[in-house]
Amino acid sequence: MSTIINIENLSKTYHRDAEELQVLKSINMQVENGEFLALMGPSGSGKSTLLNMIAGLDTPTSGKVTICGSELSQMNESQLAGWRSQHVGFIFQFYNLMPVLTAYENVELPLHLINLSKEERDKKIRLALNLVGLPDRMDHYPNQLSGGQQQRVAIARAIVTDPSIIVADEPTGDLDRKSAEEILNLMVRFNKELGKTIIMVTHDPHAAGRAHIKKHLDKGTLNGA
Amino acid sequence: MIIKLIARNVFRHKLRAILTILGVAIAVSSFGFIRTVITAWYIGVEASSSNRIVTRNAISIGFPLPLAYKNKLESTPDVLEVTYANWFGGIYKDPGNFFAQFAIDPVSYFNVYPEYEVRPEQMQAFLKDRSGAIVGQKLAERYGWKVGDIVPLTGTIYEGDWDFTIRGLYKGAKKSADETIFFFHWKYLDERVAEIFPDFTGNVGFYIATIDNPDNAALVCQGIDERFKNSANETLTETESAFQLSFVTMSSAIISSLEIVSFVIIAIIMLVLANTMVMSARERTSEYAVIKTLGFQPGFIYAMIVGESLLLSSLGALLGLLITFPIVNGFADAVGSFFPSFDISTMTLIAAVIATLVVGALSGIMPAIRAAHLNIIDGLRQLS
Amino acid sequence: MKLPLNYSAKSLFVRKTTTIVTIFGISLVSFVYAAVLMLSGGIKETLVQTGSPDNAIIIQRSSITETTSSLTRDHANILKSYPGIARNAEGRLIATPEVMVIVNLKKKDSDDMVNAPLRGTETNVFDLRQNVKLIEGRMFTPGTSEIVVGAAARRNYEQCKIGDKLFFGKREWNVVGVFDAGRTGFDSEVWGDTEQFMQAFRRPLYSSMTVKLTDQEAFENYQALADNDKRLRVDVKQEQQFYADQSENIAGFIRILGTVVTTIFSIGAIIGAMITMYAAVANRTREIGTLQALGFSRKSILLGFLIESSLLAMIGGLIGLLVASGLSQFSISTVNFDSFSEMEFRFSLTTETITNVLLFALFMGFSGGFLPAVRAARLKVVDALRSV
Repeated sequence: MSTIINIENLSKTYHRDAEELQVLKSINMQVENGEFLALMGPSGSGKSTLLNMIAGLDTPTSGKVTICGSELSQMNESQLAGWRSQHVGFIFQFYNLMPVLTAYENVELPLHLINLSKEERDKKIRLALNLVGLPDRMDHYPNQLSGGQQQRVAIARAIVTDPSIIVADEPTGDLDRKSAEEILNLMVRFNKELGKTIIMVTHDPHAAGRAHIKKHLDKGTLNGA
Repeated sequence: MIIKLIARNVFRHKLRAILTILGVAIAVSSFGFIRTVITAWYIGVEASSSNRIVTRNAISIGFPLPLAYKNKLESTPDVLEVTYANWFGGIYKDPGNFFAQFAIDPVSYFNVYPEYEVRPEQMQAFLKDRSGAIVGQKLAERYGWKVGDIVPLTGTIYEGDWDFTIRGLYKGAKKSADETIFFFHWKYLDERVAEIFPDFTGNVGFYIATIDNPDNAALVCQGIDERFKNSANETLTETESAFQLSFVTMSSAIISSLEIVSFVIIAIIMLVLANTMVMSARERTSEYAVIKTLGFQPGFIYAMIVGESLLLSSLGALLGLLITFPIVNGFADAVGSFFPSFDISTMTLIAAVIATLVVGALSGIMPAIRAAHLNIIDGLRQLS
Repeated sequence: MKLPLNYSAKSLFVRKTTTIVTIFGISLVSFVYAAVLMLSGGIKETLVQTGSPDNAIIIQRSSITETTSSLTRDHANILKSYPGIARNAEGRLIATPEVMVIVNLKKKDSDDMVNAPLRGTETNVFDLRQNVKLIEGRMFTPGTSEIVVGAAARRNYEQCKIGDKLFFGKREWNVVGVFDAGRTGFDSEVWGDTEQFMQAFRRPLYSSMTVKLTDQEAFENYQALADNDKRLRVDVKQEQQFYADQSENIAGFIRILGTVVTTIFSIGAIIGAMITMYAAVANRTREIGTLQALGFSRKSILLGFLIESSLLAMIGGLIGLLVASGLSQFSISTVNFDSFSEMEFRFSLTTETITNVLLFALFMGFSGGFLPAVRAARLKVVDALRSV
């Protein structure tokens, strides 16, 4: 297996007024292609910041983040945006669906960033919604769906562009046990069947248990487990 | 306590508060502006004196009356003094330079119009110069004229080129007095007419007379018109204010559309304020729920929201009044000569402030009702 | 890399109240702007159409209106003797000296008086003014107290139906016909026999003479002849120009007033749109963060919000325009400051007005939306995602 994520000596410092807050301290981490990794740790441990670095949402203060062969720390903002649209799929705790768009349109959203014909788009959207088991909810708006269903739409949105990495930030944090189970099952399935590399931040040990590897962050340093 | 809450709430969204105040201010100033335009239209009516009546040809103002009517008018009971004037309608350099020019009988005219004050030595100089002129102070300022300057006019009714020498300036004793008129000798006009159209001499545009008792005006007017009934030139006599008003009603269509627009403006103030208040109130739903939970009465919430709306509107009104002045002055420069006087009246300012405050209170009421009757449980739920 | 249009469009209707309020505000401003353009356009149109391109009007030198101008019979004869005047089918010169006076008539359904323009003319006037047609009754008989009235005159003045009697110049006049002069100043006039009017008003002078010329070249010749004739002191003007000049003051006044009012209003509307769009950005911070995370660039987010506010404004503009287009059914009758006579104007809706109003609405939406859109685009993705 090849290394898809390579993090070397990553540090992140925030400045708030005169105070300096070092959130990440010289992190080194490699993730193999097709891996399912759970990042755990108490709040304030820096796990979300690390996730943001991997997703190309935030830039490191020092160190290198190389993902799929691209050195993220060298990219400017619009390059990062373009890179994200091709390589990363996002799953958020609060789903973050556009309330004004239907399930179908929400899944379609990232496809607007890629040049595709209408037919190709339609095919991909239907496939993604089928994979998450919601082919009959396409024309529903988010507020007409349950939390679990909304998160499944969000997962469909994350995989519709066929990214190599899926980044999930507390994907089950806002869900009941049954829905959470469904979501985790979907993620495991996409990891196994489609070979997606998944990085999941969670503090639910049960959710973390479904991943291959668990890593703990505490006060900005990584403890492999 | 409530004052503190209102004051802090108003500027919680600084940008929004500033924008709202600005929006209200702009609407208030345009309201003031349009009202000023409407007032300017009526300036002639306002300047009228209740003891003056105007006699003109019954056909229309464009037709003259014979000079011989002067004696007849003077002999009418209740009439004190009679004077006359002709509209000259000359052009000074460019047709855009509009101002009123009247050929007058000098002595009687200034007796009938005591509000036009001329210094005695200047009056003497004017009386001595056949082609002299007396001009309003404002008019002289507008074109930079001084006593002794020669003003050339091109006649549009009385054709030819006319040169007048300014012999004096007049000042209005009342604020409403029009200080933009150009007066010259009727005799001079008549002499020139005799050269071109000898058949048309001795014509007077209209007569103005003072009467001893304003309450008698209607009867006096009727008496004069009856006297000239079936004569060669029938007359139409009315009070000076009715005469002036007839000019205003000619453009009544324009004035009424302006009035409509001024109400539209009030609607706009309402929209801007209501928009902000609805938005703020909705964002603070959970806070209102907390306040109610603490045991405050709905009246407190009313006072809070309406108070905030009133504060916004009064700040807007204040700023609006301040910017009304430059706007009005700018417009006065642009249309300059169109109105003899273009001043913002106190009434306009008061009307603008009252309208804004009423609108301010009204725009607060709708969101206040919603907030005051809010179900606490629903409101609190928004907190999470 | 564009945000889908339906995202912008649908987002507008999430916040129904403020969106509707803002649209209403913009439509009010667009309406006022459209009304002003339509009115000043209508005034211009009316006065320009009053003149015919081949006609020349001769008035006393420096006179601005016909009512203040005088020409003697001798002058008229001299003016008829110049070459270049067209002839009608019977071979008669098309040259009509006319007398123009203003009389006070009662306004319909009101106690107000109007300055009604009265034109003494000849029965062959239709050769001169081919856009004027008799639509009811018949032409007046020369030498009698018969008159015909324009369609707008019949609409706006009391006692102007066929069979009615009008009283002016110490005589009674019988209305025997109605003519339609389209959207021209003539439509508000009352026409009768020149000689009869001269007698009634004891004014043995013409006001003006209008001639139909054979062609454009003839006009210049004709003008030069009149200018150089020592017996005359007159101005020769193209009829169209003459009437167009009379629209300058009133159309200019309405335009300036209207511009001031709409400028002030539009600032108000821009502020309204700004408040709405700022609130939209604030409420959708997390949505914006998500869009950025998905890979939408700052530029496309900026564009998305600009499109949203432009859409808002376009809807407002269209509503304003739609309501204003209803105005073209109406006309207003008012005094023209230049000629001091009553004239009926219509609100005229041209494609130019439509484009101007829509562009103006777009401008309001764009300016109102720009700063909020910049704020949206500048949100930091990490912070935006964290916002509730």
